[in-house]
Amino acid sequence: MLRFIGKRLWHGGLTLAALVTLTFFVMRLAPGGPFSRNRKISPEVQANIEAAFHLDEPLWQQFGRFVWGVLRLDLGPSTRHRDYSVNDLIASGLPYSLTIGFWAIVIAALVGVAFGLAGALRRNSATDYLAGTIGVVGIAVPIFVIGPLAQAFFSLRLEWLPVGGITEGWRSLVLPILVLALPNIAYISRITRTSMIETLRENHVRTARAKGVGWRRVLTSHVLTGALLPVIAYLGPATAAVITGSILIETVFAVPGIGRHFVDAALNRDYPLVMGITLLYGSLLILFNIATDVVRAILDPRIRHER
Amino acid sequence: MSVDLSTPEAAPPRGVSTLRLQVRRFAANRLAMASVVVLTLIVLACFFGPYAFPFTGEDADFDFISAPAELSWPHLFGTDEYGRDLLVRVLEGGQVSLTIGFLGALAAGGIGVIYGAVAGYAGGRVDGLMMRLVEILYGFPYVILVILLSLLLGGGNMALFAAIVFTLWLTPAVIVRAQAQSLARKEFVEAARAGGMTGSRIVLQHIVPNCISVVIVYGSLLVPEVILSESFLSFLGIGIKEPQASWGNLISSGTSAMDSDLRLLLLPGTMLAIVLLCLNFIADGLRDAFDPNDR
Repeated sequence: MLRFIGKRLWHGGLTLAALVTLTFFVMRLAPGGPFSRNRKISPEVQANIEAAFHLDEPLWQQFGRFVWGVLRLDLGPSTRHRDYSVNDLIASGLPYSLTIGFWAIVIAALVGVAFGLAGALRRNSATDYLAGTIGVVGIAVPIFVIGPLAQAFFSLRLEWLPVGGITEGWRSLVLPILVLALPNIAYISRITRTSMIETLRENHVRTARAKGVGWRRVLTSHVLTGALLPVIAYLGPATAAVITGSILIETVFAVPGIGRHFVDAALNRDYPLVMGITLLYGSLLILFNIATDVVRAILDPRIRHER
Repeated sequence: MSVDLSTPEAAPPRGVSTLRLQVRRFAANRLAMASVVVLTLIVLACFFGPYAFPFTGEDADFDFISAPAELSWPHLFGTDEYGRDLLVRVLEGGQVSLTIGFLGALAAGGIGVIYGAVAGYAGGRVDGLMMRLVEILYGFPYVILVILLSLLLGGGNMALFAAIVFTLWLTPAVIVRAQAQSLARKEFVEAARAGGMTGSRIVLQHIVPNCISVVIVYGSLLVPEVILSESFLSFLGIGIKEPQASWGNLISSGTSAMDSDLRLLLLPGTMLAIVLLCLNFIADGLRDAFDPNDR
């Protein structure tokens, strides 16, 4: 088991290194620079600014400086937000992004599994159809359509919740969390339903039933353990979906999280901030993928002994 | 006396080909067939609809600025704050979104098929290397990659297209590789090799055609994914830019005008949702038709 985890961590580290290197060079090679859009400034001033941010050095030297910074956990100053370091910006935005992402995944897991179970146990019932409809809508209608519609209805029409921003405490986070959870509810309920139906047909379940084990007992100890494996496997992709979603959600609901920071930073060529957020998102995603694999390996010995 | 060729002979009992069975199964799926009809109508409307109007989506009509949706000629669904016709803009945006969607899925699918078929057929170290690359790319946060690539390529439609294709070919590659691996061990491939066929011709003539049904099923899921990526990037202001319309940037400008006029958001949003729904239903129908065990 330890070897399995070690191998995964090693591969994860390689992936992260590849991601960061690629991002670094892609960002520098993209046309434009952090100070090229400003009003005309004299070449001397421009050169001074660039020297202050070490942009005049050769690329490989800048890359070395960046790697050295990462090793010291210092990502440098932002080129866009004056007087802020990348660490400050991430520290101020991360709590919002994490809160929204965490609760969205928790809600999606609970509601999704509940819908999926209900649908599989009572196939073609009203609940099954309701879950199916939510599933279809959640998958097909993108967040950036549902989000504004939810704002229009719950905030502008009914005036129950704030339209956006973060000024009203938990009330301002309700809509972002629910909208972000919706597509994941859809995926999780679909996955749960299919795998429940498959597991219910398995031989060991029939055997347990035939031997007179109570239905409740069969469900909890024979069906659920197997049926929830694919749901756990979805945790990795769910993290990716939440990262993607958080960028949209933070744009729609004007939340100052790191998702919105990333888009702004990429558009403004704020190299240090882009690198910082890429590093953060990349590590989060890779760690969650590894955690998912480890949990699956604990639950299913077959995975552990592959390769 | 001439023989009447058109008279059918006593037909021998004809076997039904697998493809025909699959088409029949798909046609029996009412939801999928309805989606095909709706999607066809939307495609036709997007590509031919704008010709019915005496202006394009980029022409401003200063007599009708922010006209409401009253279903009156010429601005059936009203205009935006620049006096541009909303319906025509949505239809023209649809051209962009649909074109990128289908071409993008085709390109991503094509690259994925070739890559997967080569890796699966070659096996061994080549396969290991090729799949390690895919694995690394899979570990990347998709958004970051697609945003960075479209910036690298300098923005614009082609950059957007290339960035989306580059991030979406992985899944078909993995799926085809698994299929190709099992095909590579089949007798007919061995026979082809024994007969002196080169590796590249075996891949193109034996491996790829035999993967087609898997590719159709998963490729159909790529179309909504590409459309979603395109509108998502355009929504964020990275993809297709004003004045050219796309569903993403129409939704984006609809969002900012939401408190005064919801229809600027509703019309493009509904169109996008309908298209994505149809494509998902079609993909489900194809999966059921081609792979009936996997319900």
